[in-house]
Amino acid sequence: MNVLNFVQAFFGDSAHWHGYDGIPSRFLEHVQYTLLALAVAAAVGLPVGLLTGHTGRGGNAIAVVANAARALPSFGLLVLSVLLIGFGLLPVMIPLVVLAVPPILVTTYEAVRTVDPAPVDAARGMGMPEPGILFRVEVPVALPLILSGLRSAAVQIVSTATIGAYVSLGGLGRYVVDGLYQRDYEKVVGGATLVAVLALITLALFWAVGRFAVSPGVRRR
Amino acid sequence: MIRIDSVTKRYPDGTVAVDRLSLEIPDRSITVLVGPSGCGKTTTLRMINRMVEPTEGTILLDGEDVQHQPVTTLRRNMGYVIQNAGLFQHRTIADNIATVPRMLGWGKQRARERAAELMERVGLDASLARRYPYQLSGGQQQRVGVARALAADPPVLLMDEPFSAVDPVVRKGLQDELLRLQDELGKTIVFVTHDIDEAIRLGTMVAVLREGGRLAQYAPPAELLSNPADAFVEDFLGADRGIRRLSFYTSDALELTTDAVVPADAPAERLAAVEAPYLLVTDVDGRPRGWRERGSDGDRLLSYGRPFRPGVDSLRAALDCAVLSPTGWAVAVDADGKVTGVVSQQTIGEAIRAAHTHAEPDAGEDPARGEDEKVAG
Repeated sequence: MNVLNFVQAFFGDSAHWHGYDGIPSRFLEHVQYTLLALAVAAAVGLPVGLLTGHTGRGGNAIAVVANAARALPSFGLLVLSVLLIGFGLLPVMIPLVVLAVPPILVTTYEAVRTVDPAPVDAARGMGMPEPGILFRVEVPVALPLILSGLRSAAVQIVSTATIGAYVSLGGLGRYVVDGLYQRDYEKVVGGATLVAVLALITLALFWAVGRFAVSPGVRRR
Repeated sequence: MIRIDSVTKRYPDGTVAVDRLSLEIPDRSITVLVGPSGCGKTTTLRMINRMVEPTEGTILLDGEDVQHQPVTTLRRNMGYVIQNAGLFQHRTIADNIATVPRMLGWGKQRARERAAELMERVGLDASLARRYPYQLSGGQQQRVGVARALAADPPVLLMDEPFSAVDPVVRKGLQDELLRLQDELGKTIVFVTHDIDEAIRLGTMVAVLREGGRLAQYAPPAELLSNPADAFVEDFLGADRGIRRLSFYTSDALELTTDAVVPADAPAERLAAVEAPYLLVTDVDGRPRGWRERGSDGDRLLSYGRPFRPGVDSLRAALDCAVLSPTGWAVAVDADGKVTGVVSQQTIGEAIRAAHTHAEPDAGEDPARGEDEKVAG
């Protein structure tokens, strides 16, 4: 039996489409974890990135924080926070958010900082207030890069949320973890496939948002 | 009127960008700040709209200290044009131009109409309104920059090296356009450049600044060329300031002669009667065809170079025509291109000497400025 047979068997079994352990509910759980972690990470990373990028100050601090956070092993952090806090949603959210903040923070900071200074100078010179300069001059131009930071954070959360199942969280990781434990390789492969599909859907969504939100003048087509 | 009153800008590290500068910038004219890099010209400009705050001294706009005005109000009443235009790349051309009107709370429709009106005014095709900045050439972008600065019809226009980044041909076009616009609009323009030719071409008054932000000379361009205040200004003006000064003298006092001008079908006796070594042959409409050497046969004509228009062109243009002409004589034509006479280098030389003597009492007169270079430049 090869992988494709596993996939076919897993998705062909109607039992896998119903109940609390069915594909729709596990998929929805996974999406919920992802959205929650992404929202929290964006709520932290975007404002700080926008502000530091606009003022051009605090770049060194951002680099230090971001590198430190990147060096953290997510699995280790997960185990640690479960040991400290106990089982539940919160200990799983901590590593997911910690992992997602650096790409959002660093790319947002870089995106805003590297906006051509000439239009910013022109805007200031014609009497545009500072928030107007940030949101109406800098952000629209920096948007593709800001979105790419959010996108890599989102994809990272999708894949990392899988390991939440090790500490008894739901989501698509359940199939992988349970499947390994039960030596049910159909389940393992099916779960892994679903995680990959969700990651691709995430990419597609960000592509669509980019098409919709980024001005043709910035996309240059 | 903008009055800069002993303004100094000193940075925390001790660098002095502008040093006790005082200038009176007259209304409805172009005042150019010119000088080498590091002379504080841009800093001075940016202190007028408070992009930079002076360390000492005051800047008065119509008698009121700019420090006492809310910065956004102050800036919205001053158009601001910078190098490379600084357009918002995510906005269409029309939206770029409508920026300040929209900030001032104009309705969408009114702002759009204003943008269309300004595009026409600065010579941009209406079809560009829906385009984005990256789809425009550098010269077109700079025109949009000027239109954007003019959008709310501010009385003052601050221009910081606006034409420095475009090629010389486009730059000349933009300069012509600015002079034409200024004739129509009569704004108080403060213009920063490092290019002395641009300063002389555009300025009603020119302030030459030297390193360390000190004023070297403040004078009309003709006076700058005839009486540089010191060696620095003289050096900055360049080698041929004598020739360039001729741009400010009109050519309408030149004594033209028509003795040597003959139609192509003139009888032989008429030709023989001419004493000059060269004859200017004209066609049936009176337009120049070329110079004919006395005694040579009628088919071989020498080029007449480039003609000038008395009164419209300057003495510099007339001299240029005479220098370019193989015979040493300049050809004068009227608006239709018909020959009105010819004039020798020697006569032009006498006219130059006369103009110099005449100009000394009020060197500021410049009847032909701006016009001559359209032909001679």
